[in-house]
Amino acid sequence: MNDDLDLLYTDVEESLRDAVRTLMARRWGPERGIARYDGDTSDPGLWSALSGELGLAGLLVPEEFGGAGASAREAAVVLEELGRAMAPVPYLTSAVVAARVLVKVADKELAGEVAGGQVAALAVPLSAAPDGSAALAPVTVGGDGCLSGEVRGVAGALDAEVLIVPVTAATGTQLWAVERAAVRITPVVSLDMTRQLADVDLAGATGRLLADGDMAVRAVDEALELGAALLASEQVGLAQWCLDTTLDYVKTRRQFGRVVGGFQALKHRLADLYVQVETAHAVARYAAVTAAADDPDRAVAASVAQAYCADVAVLAAEECVQMHGGIAMTWEHPAHLYLKRAKADQLVFGTPGNHLVRLSPLIDLPARGTAGQQTAD
Amino acid sequence: MADQELDELTAHVSDFLAAHDPRALGRREFLRARFDAGLAWVHFPVGLGGLGLARESQTHVDALLAEAGAPDNEPERNTIGLGMAAPTILQFGTDEQKHRFLRPLFTGEEVWCQLFSEPGAGSDLAGLTTRAVREGDTWVVNGQKVWTSGAQTSQWAILVARTNPEVTKHAGLTYFLCDMSAPGIDVRPLRQITGEAEFNEVFLTDVRIPDAHRLGAEGQGWQVANATLMNERVTIAALPRPREGGMIGVVADTWRRRPELRTPELHSRLLKLWVEAEAARIAATRLRQKLAAGQPGHEGSAMKLGFAGLAQRLSGLELELLGADGLRYADWTMRVPDRSDFTGHDAGYRYLRAKGFSIEGGTSEVLRNIVAERVLGLPAEPRVDKDIPWKDLPR
Ligand SMILES: Cc1cc2nc3c(=O)[nH]c(=O)nc-3n(C[C@H](O)[C@H](O)[C@H](O)COP(=O)(O)OP(=O)(O)OC[C@H]3O[C@@H](n4cnc5c(N)ncnc54)[C@H](O)[C@@H]3O)c2cc1C
Repeated sequence: MNDDLDLLYTDVEESLRDAVRTLMARRWGPERGIARYDGDTSDPGLWSALSGELGLAGLLVPEEFGGAGASAREAAVVLEELGRAMAPVPYLTSAVVAARVLVKVADKELAGEVAGGQVAALAVPLSAAPDGSAALAPVTVGGDGCLSGEVRGVAGALDAEVLIVPVTAATGTQLWAVERAAVRITPVVSLDMTRQLADVDLAGATGRLLADGDMAVRAVDEALELGAALLASEQVGLAQWCLDTTLDYVKTRRQFGRVVGGFQALKHRLADLYVQVETAHAVARYAAVTAAADDPDRAVAASVAQAYCADVAVLAAEECVQMHGGIAMTWEHPAHLYLKRAKADQLVFGTPGNHLVRLSPLIDLPARGTAGQQTAD
Repeated sequence: MADQELDELTAHVSDFLAAHDPRALGRREFLRARFDAGLAWVHFPVGLGGLGLARESQTHVDALLAEAGAPDNEPERNTIGLGMAAPTILQFGTDEQKHRFLRPLFTGEEVWCQLFSEPGAGSDLAGLTTRAVREGDTWVVNGQKVWTSGAQTSQWAILVARTNPEVTKHAGLTYFLCDMSAPGIDVRPLRQITGEAEFNEVFLTDVRIPDAHRLGAEGQGWQVANATLMNERVTIAALPRPREGGMIGVVADTWRRRPELRTPELHSRLLKLWVEAEAARIAATRLRQKLAAGQPGHEGSAMKLGFAGLAQRLSGLELELLGADGLRYADWTMRVPDRSDFTGHDAGYRYLRAKGFSIEGGTSEVLRNIVAERVLGLPAEPRVDKDIPWKDLPR
């Protein structure tokens, strides 16, 4: 635990936020998000602007690999804004998770390409937690060097030009880079269509070995941990949008001759929500700054962030729907975009429950008695 | 804080310790010297116990002094003095008042209590009825206060009284510093839920307070009282704590020491509460950083809201965790404690005492109103009594 880390935003981070927010205001809006649920996959140029004009795809890639050499602090600010805008870009999956794997295994070339905006995806289910289970990959390699197996529910795969695939080989876990052309990618109708999943069938595919053994397992776990840590910032952006939008609404909607925001039943719930959203801001920031500083507390911070922020985002979205009344149940109102994302995010990179289990040994609060001692369960 | 500033402060503390051996001097004498050296509360002005530095630097000073084995001022004996009276006196006091009161307050020679609440005025503090009537250079006070923590052991009190019943309730109040040994003050202990008597009722009959002990202008009592309450909440909220520093540490410790008590259901609740406690702690750190950077920290009230609920749920969990032992209670005898000591008691006491956390210093409902109105900008509660002279209000 480190109290000296700066949990506020620097000027540079604030201008980064402005740039992303301006871009979103120009090229994106909730109606486009809603259209995604009706099959509209047209590209408003968000990714090319984010990675090209703003150069944000390479924030987490060191300069000597061709990246911007920034840190998780800046990437977290980008994610806050993407969560607020509900933008369907593969930032978390490519620029955070895949980029981290590639940097970890020191694949300079591919890391450099991802930093430049080429989209990569780690072929694990989006629900995978950083708990070492990457070693149990469903994909295997045959004697002919061809892969077989399918990974279901992968996020960012639809946009990906290259997949980073954990493979179970005779010698242990391996990581492969596989070109998109070599695999079959089937879109999945997803709870959250602004981060649509796909099933990836690797039968017959070949590729290039990136890493194996311990290094492969650690690279995946660290990347998922970073994903979990920074997902919290997306959740905070989302929760803040829900709180702000709900406040605007209850201040203008009138019933019984008063604005409904004057009713104490709503005021008190909004006050409680505010406390939790503020706390989530602090917790998400702590996860980002410990990741940025590679602080020894980063594993705890990431799991605290997911165990806390995931539920706050869901609560914010649920209160947003409830306090808008019937209008929030309509297809045209954006509240449902946020509810679907918030609920899906709760399952991403491990549920709050998975993260509590992960925390248990890290904070020395074991589930059971140690050997020789009487246990109650 | 800049490194150079920190080095200078470290040097100042070393010089001070070289000249004042904490092991040779008595507690009182050492604390007086510490105040005079500006090391009492470094964010106060020079000459008033401080050095005009950032509030955070105090942690550094405290650590250095503790390392040298210096005695502290037993803050748990004077929480109201240190957390509420001192900052209010600094903000609203005259020079004479600041010089008269701050030093003995810091050293613990004068302990303070808070004469705000009355039987008819709790959440609606501005409705209070205790009257102060001016007679030349003194005020004559009559009325009754209640829930006054530590009144038995205090030398001074912060007091709000009605000085003008002809105007609206908020406009007719004045704030005083009241000598608890003055004739006419009658303190009667009130036994509370835990068995002990931490708080009291205080009857004031023709108590004479010199006008020199009025804090702020006549009629300004509401603003001054609000400053006190804000300070109280920020004090509670922004307190630096280590991980597992509060109630969570007590429960986690029991969990680690007594594996035979563990069950899967308690385990998942404990982990959830651990995360909440840690989240609240990180949020308090961020609040301190915001205040230090001069950004508005509205979260004082909000944070107190969070802490109260958390401590209550944790203290409830602690009893369940203890199982059969949770059914025992240390001591119901009526006692008058001279300090607030939460973690020094047993689990049953903690469970009961924590119930007060959502009542004292503004109930959680009132704090939710404050957050909703002042932070979120939602409409104020209907106030039927706002524009009516106090004397005409139904009571
Ligand atoms: C342990 C303890 C120590 C204390 N120490 C001191 C002390 O040292 N000095 C001092 O002056 N006071 C002290 N107090 C008093 C404390 O400040 C008051 O108890 C508190 O302000 C509430 O007032 P009340 O008890 O009159 O409750 P009431 O104000 O009567 O409240 C009753 C209920 O109504 C609710 N309520 C009231 N108004 C509203 C509203 N507008 N909206 C929604 N709900 C509302 C309250 O939340 C509460 O649930 C102490 C109290 C406790 C429990």
